[in-house]
Amino acid sequence: MQSNTSFRVLGIETSCDETGLAVFDSRYGLLAHALHSQVQLHADYGGVVPELASRDHIRKLLPLLREVLSAAGLGRSDLDGVAYTAGPGLVGALLAGAAAGRALAWALDVPALAVHHMEGHLLAPLLEADRPEFPFLCLLVSGGHTQLIDVAGIGRYGILGESLDDAAGEAFDKVAKMLGLGYPGGPAVAALAERGMPGRFRFPRPMTDRPGLDFSFSGLKTHVLQVLAAHPDNADVRADVAAEFQAAVVETLLVKCRRALRETGLQRLVVSGGVSANRAMRSALRVLSEEEGVRVYFPRLEFCTDNGAMIAYAGCQRLLAGQAEPLRIAAYPRWPLDTLAPL
Amino acid sequence: MKILAIETATEACSAALVQDGDVIERYVVAPREHNRLILPMIEEVLAEAGVVRTQIDAVAFGRGPGSFTGLRIAAGVTQGIAYGLDCPVLPVSTLAALAFQSFEEAAGEGVYACLDARMGEIYGALFRRGQAGVPDLIGDEAVLAPERVEAAGIMVRLGVGSGWVTYRGVLSERLKTVVEVLEDHFPRAAYIGRLGARDFAAGRCVSAGEAIPVYLRDQVARKPRTQARE
Repeated sequence: MQSNTSFRVLGIETSCDETGLAVFDSRYGLLAHALHSQVQLHADYGGVVPELASRDHIRKLLPLLREVLSAAGLGRSDLDGVAYTAGPGLVGALLAGAAAGRALAWALDVPALAVHHMEGHLLAPLLEADRPEFPFLCLLVSGGHTQLIDVAGIGRYGILGESLDDAAGEAFDKVAKMLGLGYPGGPAVAALAERGMPGRFRFPRPMTDRPGLDFSFSGLKTHVLQVLAAHPDNADVRADVAAEFQAAVVETLLVKCRRALRETGLQRLVVSGGVSANRAMRSALRVLSEEEGVRVYFPRLEFCTDNGAMIAYAGCQRLLAGQAEPLRIAAYPRWPLDTLAPL
Repeated sequence: MKILAIETATEACSAALVQDGDVIERYVVAPREHNRLILPMIEEVLAEAGVVRTQIDAVAFGRGPGSFTGLRIAAGVTQGIAYGLDCPVLPVSTLAALAFQSFEEAAGEGVYACLDARMGEIYGALFRRGQAGVPDLIGDEAVLAPERVEAAGIMVRLGVGSGWVTYRGVLSERLKTVVEVLEDHFPRAAYIGRLGARDFAAGRCVSAGEAIPVYLRDQVARKPRTQARE
């Protein structure tokens, strides 16, 4: 999707607890990106505090904007468009980035684009040199989403299955709390699981024994609670619970991915979203791809979690296709992925 | 001198262009629609004034206190415009804008301006009529229970702002000298812009990145108690 003339788009991501900015160039690719993570800010509260997140975004936006433009060697007038995350996410957090981004586009007299956060994640592997062609199967796993999507092209998304309750990342966070681990829970549970033995306890692989591609992870929490209550609280038990919990989540995702690949006949599997950084899941999906004879693609680790680069990329593709937003600050806390306009 | 002013701290949403003595303003009361309305309103005031965006010398915004989300819409829009146009920013108090308006509309040397802050509190401040009716702040702006408001030794004749709607009885009790209350007033971009223009003339500008709200209420989340572990 590269062209001979440069079209440079600023991407702004503020949907949750990361402030991310980046500049994507249609000819030369990603020019620069910068991220401020609020993990430390929220850690003491055991989760994201929306008001604190919004306050931090509005403080960090301009310093990060100056940083990416300087790193890209660009002036403000070199920008040809501004893309910002308009949803889904925390409404106050979204509004901070949307207000600044939309107003910046107006001041520069360039088009603006309201980007769907999950489209950003879904297209993140296209930022890499070795990138997947369309169509592909996408497993989107994050703190807010667990979805299997048939991706025919940009904006052409068929949801094949999704979580009926907790997202996979959410389940990791909740189990982390039960295990007395800090926030964010995913990396902490994964680290503890490395020291444990899966299989000592046996957790279910929810909804794998019936047809369909939907997920359900809330029942796993109950099993974790029951096992913890029935055993002495010590390091071995906690590590073994973490290991079996992670194995259950990974195997469940694997079963559904295999099923989706076989049902659709798609030859490429893209895995993205925060949980795609999980090492156990990455290696299991690599094995799956070999067994099924398909290719698997992951974003680089820093683009698994929220970032401005994926927003700049998605925005650039849509702006190049002539799409643009009217003069309003768009923020949609809930926004179904399959309602997006195709390119 | 052309100052663009933005005010979205309350249910009201307004934009204004202040050009030397002239003020052109758009003002509507439209709760939760500021994100949809504010940029088109800015375009309208510029069009009516016959000014193009690149002629703007500075952006003034209602920096608070007020609704947290509203303040961030104003701050975000201000950051984007000021950075895009490479011009300075003028943060203006929403309470001072209310006080300024009350001094124009009514007589009296002192005003207590306050906004309903919910949770049994108000955002309030005392102002004295200064030169040319410009309000001078007495003491500090604060978030406080209306029962704690004090006249601080000046004759307060006026009350202004939504705090007076919710707490009329208590505030009248605390400020017995008040004879006139303008309770249906919201902060407006016209007054934000006129106060901003004075700051601009005095060289009191900040950069785009310093367009940050003043919330006054900073205790917005409670940390869970750290569990004692043996």
